[in-house]
Amino acid sequence: MNLLATFAVALRALRVNAMRSALTMLGIIIGVAAVIAMVAVGAGAQDRVSQQIESLGANLLIVFNSSSRQGGARLGAGSGLSLTLDDALALQRELDSVAVAAPTVRGSTQLIYGNLNWSAGTQGTTPEYFVAREWGLSDGRIFTPDEVRRSAKVAVIGQTIVDNLFVDTNPVGETFRIKKVPFEVIGVLDKKGQNSFGQDQDDVVLVPITTARTRLLGTSSRARPDSVSAILVKGASADRMSEAEEDVTELLRTRHRITAGEDDDFRVRNLSEITEARAESQRILTLLLAAVASIALLVGGIGIMNIMLVSVTERTREIGLRMAVGARQRDILFQFLVEAVTLSAIGGLIGVVAGVGGAALVANLAGWPVLIEPTALIVAVLFSAAVGVFFGFYPARKAAHLDPIDALRYE
Amino acid sequence: MADLLISTRDLSRHYTLGDTVVPALRGVSVDIARGEFVAVMGPSGSGKSTFMNLIGCLDRPTDGDYQLAGENVAALDTDALAAIRNRRIGFVFQTFNLLARTTALQNVEMPLLYSGVAAAERRTRAAARLNDVGLADRMDHTPSQLSGGQQQRVAIARALVNDPLLVLADEPTGALDSRTGVEIMAIFQDLNAAGITIVIVTHEPDIARYAQRIITFRDGVVMQDEGVHNRTSARDILANWEKPAEAAQ
Repeated sequence: MNLLATFAVALRALRVNAMRSALTMLGIIIGVAAVIAMVAVGAGAQDRVSQQIESLGANLLIVFNSSSRQGGARLGAGSGLSLTLDDALALQRELDSVAVAAPTVRGSTQLIYGNLNWSAGTQGTTPEYFVAREWGLSDGRIFTPDEVRRSAKVAVIGQTIVDNLFVDTNPVGETFRIKKVPFEVIGVLDKKGQNSFGQDQDDVVLVPITTARTRLLGTSSRARPDSVSAILVKGASADRMSEAEEDVTELLRTRHRITAGEDDDFRVRNLSEITEARAESQRILTLLLAAVASIALLVGGIGIMNIMLVSVTERTREIGLRMAVGARQRDILFQFLVEAVTLSAIGGLIGVVAGVGGAALVANLAGWPVLIEPTALIVAVLFSAAVGVFFGFYPARKAAHLDPIDALRYE
Repeated sequence: MADLLISTRDLSRHYTLGDTVVPALRGVSVDIARGEFVAVMGPSGSGKSTFMNLIGCLDRPTDGDYQLAGENVAALDTDALAAIRNRRIGFVFQTFNLLARTTALQNVEMPLLYSGVAAAERRTRAAARLNDVGLADRMDHTPSQLSGGQQQRVAIARALVNDPLLVLADEPTGALDSRTGVEIMAIFQDLNAAGITIVIVTHEPDIARYAQRIITFRDGVVMQDEGVHNRTSARDILANWEKPAEAAQ
């Protein structure tokens, strides 16, 4: 008996009991729809977190100054000024586990262009900063090492600055003032949006670190002239982050002549670790949602088994007749298996449509981000077909092993 | 012996019910030639059904030999038996056993599904057989739209669709009124005249007299095996059907 004929026989049998077939399918429809909608919601949340990780820059460590002491009083975090430009250079040059290290100094400054003004964070840094944060430009160029060396008055500005200061103007090539010092805009950063802590990352002006220190921020009298407020360190790869963290700590302790047992005068924070922990909890949430939804699919599968068992009992005489006229055991097995799989696969297809619709509804009504991956849809349909095979096998086997004489006599 | 279609030697079949062994058939040796029309009779429990199941390849003997058209089928496995039932044997049942909500044509096509015949040829052959039994205009009717006699004719068309060597009929007139029963027997006699071997099980002596030979079973053995004198012709009875009715008045 060929596949097409078997399929036709199965469809006819399902059509004869249309209402029952539809109700049986409903179990699978609900199961598949639940799996797809839940996974879409989970994947959407996960996707948002991974976007945040990307906007921060992957594999990123930040080295801060520790709090300093004046007499017995401890000042706030970052108030120490032990990190220097040379520390940054050394980290990048001497450590295998570090790709780039970008020193930064920062402060809040008043910006003026034409008759508009804006207050924003200004960061002095080196070209490595753009590598460390994986931050590209939408226009213009970044400053060069040469411009850093000669304290050039050039600036790369974020989108928020453009929106607030350069209304209807192409900012590149324009001159604006930071703390009354004229700077030329040489580049505009890509938009990054909020970071995972809700800060606007685009509200920033980047200038060469040398210029920032001499022209803009000044340094307190007790600080060394080359001190920096933080160093951004990009690890060589994701799986070498803890190695990089140890290397950075060790090298800085050596450079700062900190003896064993003494406290560090700096702190290393692994930012991506924090965000990745959130991503992990999202992933677990997605798994949990999928697991709960899978139970619905399982119940649907049991519904199919139930109905197929009823169907085998009801059609015992038909099975006996088919055997009498020449159906082999495997023909009968196949016929009932195809019926079960047809039920579950059609249910799966309808479930996919319902699931996608449900996810869209959630996105619209609740405003949650949803992400529907095509592979998830294919997997859902294949999985529901597999449910049909799994739960259809026992009833089909029962049918195939009937004795034709008994089956023909069955009342 | 070349013309023997069915040849059983010491055929026996025992059923095991718990600890007791029930011998349903105890050493039956029967030869049936090609082209014969045989009636099998006997009270219930005589072993006639067991005998029919065995020669119909629905069951395997506990002991003994069975040759169908020269082939020893006692030793075949279930798949091989299914193939033999499919190609060589046509079954007709007392209760017709048609698939409900399925057209006459599809019912007749069904055995061909298991012979791997292509869809177009299935239709042609099934339609031809339905035409043979006089149901050319009822092909798209489902069993519930057909009379009992028509349903049995569909079942006969189904039995014939694969050109079998042997047609086995189990009480084929048992569920029909007497006139319709005679019509069915007329079809069997016509088929037999065309060369098909027919074995029917019946407990009605009148029906048995349409056959050429009657084998009577009792207690699992053949009690009597004799030819029929003054064999009844179903066509003659149908031609004179009104007369006995008038005579009765």
